[in-house]
Amino acid sequence: MVSLKINGQIVNVPEETTILEAARMLEIEIPTFCHDPRLKPHGTCRICVVEVEKARSLQTACSTPVFEGMNVWTESDLVVEARKEIINLLLSNHPLDCLTCDKSGNCTLQYLCQKYNITGSTYVGERSTYEIDVSNPFYSVDLNKCILCRKCVLVCSELQCTDAIGLVERGFASHVTPPFEKNIEESTCVSCGNCVAVCPTGALVPKRKEKFSYGELKTVQTTCPYCGVGCQMELMVKGNKVVEIKPAFKVPNDGLLCVKGRFGYNFINHPDRLKNPLIKKNGVFEEATWDEAYQLIAEKIIETKEKFGSDALAGLSSARCTNEENYLMQKLFRAVVGTNNIDHCARLCHASTVAGLANTLGSGAMTNSIAEALLADVIFVTGSNTTETHPVIGAKIRQAIRKNGAKLIVAEPRRIDLANDADVFLQIKPGSNVALMNGLIKVILDEGLYDEEFVNSRTEDFNKLKEVIADFSVEQAAQICDVSVEDIKKAARIYAGGKRGAIYYAMGITQHSSGTEHVMSISNLALLCGNIGKEGAGVNPLRGQNNVQGACDVGALPNVYPGYQRVNDPVNQEKFEKAWGVKLSDNVGLTLSDILDQAVGIKLLYIMGENPMISDPDINHVQKTLENLDFLVVQDIFLTETAQFADVVLPAVSFAEKDGTFTNTERRVQLVRKAIEPKDNAKPDWVIIMEIMNRLGYLANYQHPQEIMEEIAQLTPQYGGINYYRISEEGLQWPCPNTEHPGTKYLHQKHFTRGKGLFMPISYREPAETPNAEYPLILTTGRILYQYHTRTMTGKEEGLNQKAPESYIEISPKTADALSINDGEMIRVASRRGNIITKAKVVDIVNDNVVFMPFHYAEGAANILTNKALDEHCKIPELKVCAVKIEKV
Amino acid sequence: MELEISRQDKEKYEKLDLVINKYKQQEGMLIRILQKAQQIFGHLPIEVQSYVSDKLDIPISTVNGVVSFYSLFSEEPQGKYTINVCMGTACYVKGSQEILKTIEEELHIREGETTLDKLFTIKVARCIGACGLAPVITINDKVYGRLSPLDIPGILHSYIKTNKKSAIGEEVKV
Repeated sequence: MVSLKINGQIVNVPEETTILEAARMLEIEIPTFCHDPRLKPHGTCRICVVEVEKARSLQTACSTPVFEGMNVWTESDLVVEARKEIINLLLSNHPLDCLTCDKSGNCTLQYLCQKYNITGSTYVGERSTYEIDVSNPFYSVDLNKCILCRKCVLVCSELQCTDAIGLVERGFASHVTPPFEKNIEESTCVSCGNCVAVCPTGALVPKRKEKFSYGELKTVQTTCPYCGVGCQMELMVKGNKVVEIKPAFKVPNDGLLCVKGRFGYNFINHPDRLKNPLIKKNGVFEEATWDEAYQLIAEKIIETKEKFGSDALAGLSSARCTNEENYLMQKLFRAVVGTNNIDHCARLCHASTVAGLANTLGSGAMTNSIAEALLADVIFVTGSNTTETHPVIGAKIRQAIRKNGAKLIVAEPRRIDLANDADVFLQIKPGSNVALMNGLIKVILDEGLYDEEFVNSRTEDFNKLKEVIADFSVEQAAQICDVSVEDIKKAARIYAGGKRGAIYYAMGITQHSSGTEHVMSISNLALLCGNIGKEGAGVNPLRGQNNVQGACDVGALPNVYPGYQRVNDPVNQEKFEKAWGVKLSDNVGLTLSDILDQAVGIKLLYIMGENPMISDPDINHVQKTLENLDFLVVQDIFLTETAQFADVVLPAVSFAEKDGTFTNTERRVQLVRKAIEPKDNAKPDWVIIMEIMNRLGYLANYQHPQEIMEEIAQLTPQYGGINYYRISEEGLQWPCPNTEHPGTKYLHQKHFTRGKGLFMPISYREPAETPNAEYPLILTTGRILYQYHTRTMTGKEEGLNQKAPESYIEISPKTADALSINDGEMIRVASRRGNIITKAKVVDIVNDNVVFMPFHYAEGAANILTNKALDEHCKIPELKVCAVKIEKV
Repeated sequence: MELEISRQDKEKYEKLDLVINKYKQQEGMLIRILQKAQQIFGHLPIEVQSYVSDKLDIPISTVNGVVSFYSLFSEEPQGKYTINVCMGTACYVKGSQEILKTIEEELHIREGETTLDKLFTIKVARCIGACGLAPVITINDKVYGRLSPLDIPGILHSYIKTNKKSAIGEEVKV
């Protein structure tokens, strides 16, 4: 420890602390422009100068380390004079239009002028005359207000790792710009707005949809409603409207957001939001009162139950809703309706992870934490376009490469952005991951690169793995995957050579008819190299939706109660019967895939916050099922494609209008805070379900979601220690069995949840559908940065639609050429299940026999084409591989 | 014609590859590589900067920042002869502004620009260290000192004469 004095106050701080950090511990203000605690100090702006006794000159507080006996003065005459001079110089080339500047009230330069009583510059000279760059839909760049602190450039290159902007020219002409003076829209900018968030002046400002001043805003910290990263952000609220969103400097995102979280909030206040319950009469929706809607739903539920039995009813819960709402939804079906027919869209994304990893490790969640990406020395990304689907994790992976020199292996059917950062990029054939994993395992076994001690002490069935690999060669792997033997060997050596190898995967692994096997072969590889139960390593399935982890945790699955307690275990059944005070069904429920299969014969379906008419494979088939239902209830914030088929539509509220919790991909339970009052007559989902429970004669009385969380904590061992008070500052990672427990950063530390890690002998199987003469191409689908899921929310944001307006198909130049298809041409894509018209995008990132489509769009919907061939273990459909043909129209 | 250009380009990129391979293992060699690249290509167009960025795995924003920072790098094609007018203190007091003005008038271009026939580029330099000869200009590697505006037409003419085969207004092959 070092002891020093700042303005006469004594402070003891660790060595290597800077003066600035020490002053902040004492809550002594030292102004900064260029400082950012996430960056190495670079001392560009000089405004943080302080007087250090006996020093030759004023020192920059941000970059000067403290020493024993140091005596610092932060506001001495000399210091104030220097700061005034700096501001004087800055103002000599800065417009004084604070009266109309959007940054006013939130501008460091303006604040320091107030603090030091500066009204203008005494220097008269040349002024910059840059044109304002308004090319980006979300923010504008006014270089005339730039003070060249460089923070935007450093955040873009060192934290976001996009390198869209840099500093060019010298002297007076120095300025920040994309390379070659292009505008932002023509650059590699991904519109994350992380530069905008750190700009100390009005040079980078978000485009506003309405006027406001920062002084009149209320700030509410909450959890992002988009992907599973669970970024913390601040909603800026004017009256009853969210007018801006800023990243919070909290775990897990540390001040970063992506374009969707940062700028995709227009849906909250969108005029198309559902305002009243709707009841379909003679094929037309009519507004109704809550009382009428509840009455009708209750009657239908009772009627159907009496006529066809409880198992003729089913519910689809929602990975978009809170833990509390998912808990209530499954409780409604289990305890009140009397069936285990409750599932949600995790069936479509990580059902195979939950099944596969539960089998081999004992728990189906991401083993390690998001921040641990920075501790890994090898990162293996497969089946995940991380920088687009989980942008903040993508940024952390790149940070690991840039800051720590971590090695990167990417195995993907497309040359995704991360492939450019990779030490080895394996452009594998869609659906060939098992062959790749076995090829890697083969090399590692042959060359003796595996972690023998770990394998001996912590795993079982190693021999079975060896047996199945013995019959397999690297050459076979290379041939199946369509990559070179050398690259497989290189990747194997890199992965096995790392001390902390972290695997990140997503839907490219899980959405296969052999999805569970895909997942287990990944776990084989990680177990073999001892990369589980170790900080900075692990098997990390990236969950796609904000609360898909939580929806699974609290039992929105047909085979388990909250906390993955099997419904067909009498002990569990008794536990929940006692807690809920009713007799529960003995039958394991139907999965989402079955529920939406016409042949299964569900009569009444209740869908909360899901849109299977776009998200599910083989949409034509889904439509037939929905049309054949006796009664469909849809509860959502917009009249979605699915809601069109409903008999009753219930208006729910968005994440900004309710309290609750989401559990992110790293198992962190985080608070969602109400920022504004619900719109019109819409109600939070938990209120709606509670009221329906009461209508059906099951007494439920929760005053606030935290009472529901208390009930969850009592029944769910992993959530035992979680309550709103404990997670008010920072979320807790389950397992968290009691209120003393600090949460679990990474799983399987001393022993696996199931005891020992289990090797599963797995051989490669072909996808259910392979190309033939009629359908010669493999279609693989996925997500893109600028849209989210079925666009219910992102589709309401003009800027996002401008960036990614419509459905398209990526085709290699050679394939396009052979069919005389031009870039931008509308073409027909057909599979055995249907055909669509979409726009051709000729790109060199896909192989000649592979085409790619994003699945977000209702027009030209990829899921008209996809195959609903199911994985036998977990019923996940094969969304990632089907055979198609393309033709000109 | 097109083929020939691409063949020439190919040779240039091959030369650049040699340079990059020679220096890329060492840190901090970006400036040296760019210098050599400029020698090979005459200037540093977007394509060359992007090529260097890709090969060295240095972000293009950084490469472009370096290129635009140093005056010795040029992103635009340069004339066959680069005229540097020294504006150091000694030359300045000895009337280098008049020299610059005369050159600009003679060639009908401004400082930083290149003549249409791609023969001359005018630049200004800070002190080139020949203060004893002030005011000084350099044309490529040749130094002209103790100049008066009256000397300028003659000097320029001698360069035009050596290139007389290419009439003014027609592009000079560099």
